[in-house]
Amino acid sequence: MKKLINKVDNIVDEMLDGMTAAYPQYVKRLEGFNVLVRAKGATPKVALVSGGGSGHEPSHGGFVGRGMLDGAVAGEVFTSPTPDQVYEAVKAVNGGKGVLLVIKNYTGDVMNFEMAEEMAADDGITVEHVVVADDVAVENSTWTTGRRGIAGTVLVHKIAGACAESGAELSEVKRVAEKVIANVRSMGMAVNACTVPAAGKPSFELAGDEIEIGIGIHGEPGTHREKISDVNNIADKLLEKIFAEGIYAKGDEVAVLVNGMGGTPLMELLVANKHVKEVVEGKGLKVAKTIVGNYMTSLDMEGFSVTLLKLDDELKKYLDAPADTPAFVQF
Amino acid sequence: MQGGIYKCLSMIAERITANKDFLTELDREIGDSDHGINMARGFQAVMEKLSPDDTDIGATLKKTGMTLLSKVGGASGPLYGTAYMEAGKITAGKTELTPEDMKAVLEAAIAGIQKRGKAVRGEKTMLDAIIPAAETFSAKIAEGSDMAGALEAACESAKEGVEYTKTIIATKGRASYLGERSIGHQDPGATSAMITLEAIRDFMKGA
Repeated sequence: MKKLINKVDNIVDEMLDGMTAAYPQYVKRLEGFNVLVRAKGATPKVALVSGGGSGHEPSHGGFVGRGMLDGAVAGEVFTSPTPDQVYEAVKAVNGGKGVLLVIKNYTGDVMNFEMAEEMAADDGITVEHVVVADDVAVENSTWTTGRRGIAGTVLVHKIAGACAESGAELSEVKRVAEKVIANVRSMGMAVNACTVPAAGKPSFELAGDEIEIGIGIHGEPGTHREKISDVNNIADKLLEKIFAEGIYAKGDEVAVLVNGMGGTPLMELLVANKHVKEVVEGKGLKVAKTIVGNYMTSLDMEGFSVTLLKLDDELKKYLDAPADTPAFVQF
Repeated sequence: MQGGIYKCLSMIAERITANKDFLTELDREIGDSDHGINMARGFQAVMEKLSPDDTDIGATLKKTGMTLLSKVGGASGPLYGTAYMEAGKITAGKTELTPEDMKAVLEAAIAGIQKRGKAVRGEKTMLDAIIPAAETFSAKIAEGSDMAGALEAACESAKEGVEYTKTIIATKGRASYLGERSIGHQDPGATSAMITLEAIRDFMKGA
């Protein structure tokens, strides 16, 4: 394993200090906790907290700032943060109008965040949560754990964050977040697996000409393997599964997110995006917004995911609203 | 429960630590290969927090639960943390447990795990070891068995429960992504639950 690290055990701690060193105008770290909050402290609006295992940078700390998150909790690499950490984040960001937790759908994440919610409720803080489950590679009907939360989570941060920033009440912010979740779908693939630092070897092995379709963001194997082909052909397969959901129809406006897994050059993501736009428009949909880049990564995994979000006037308004965070800036 | 709750928890910690690599290996096959590592880290922190002066069973179990909750992470942290905390609630102020108390402890732990994990029996989880064990324990004390005898039988049921997890598909947790490929593997959580029950049994026997 070749990695730019010091001690494996210190990666998360050093990464968080690196974040505050790079972006002191945006974020500060809660003393003694793996939590990043806005540099200026709690605001008198509904606060948004997200988080999960580390290794998905810039998620979630990179989205702490005006128009998106108020706090982000970082667990060990690919391991959910514990309830006490989430609880500290909730207490720190609560400005009196309540807190919305944005959770990716994994058994551990849901349990730990729900426990934090109960702890905060005991303190009289109003907390609600939403669970993002946008990965169409996992069949919802077969597995009761349900679909995984992946790149679509970033769009929940953006839109619910803008809604909160507008001064909306907690119930309203939650409703908008749930509307995003109902209309967002993603699917990913890998050219090469990631290497978890503590494990020291790739989470799965692919032959030189093989790719894995339907991967998650923790090095979990996908739905199947096949020979590598043109990126247009690969993007078609991802889009085919997304369109099979039946929620995107001719005439709809959509946002497109072409997300890098961490190890793929932006050049390749842009090539993929060219085709994604052509296919989506070819089906009679309008691409109202496109985001391309590394937003929900899986360490050094090579690959990408495609996300579509069906928009209405309300979602569009919040998607286009300003945001000022380390990893997403929009005027 | 003579000899104290501290000694009992020490024995659980010892057994979990001794099985750290075994539990991690089971998890490597169908999960994310950290169960033994996480549980051992949790119980190491528990032993740092507890002292032989801890005699209030409820308070000690609560402290154990809180520590596991903040140190284990993943899904096992909230599940075991909740189990110990719920067991602590119904034993507050006690320094000894009757068989009836022990029955209530097992039932409270199960209720806590079910509430937190939203799982039922037969989903390839720790419940597949604990529920049959608790049922056997209750049946035995109803027949007039003493604590040691009832725990002995309960551990047999836990073991059968672990074996049973090899035959079923996981529908909870990360193993559920594997679908049918999870068959043939025993559940790491059911295994650590069985190890816990065996430690309690051996403590009661004075082993």
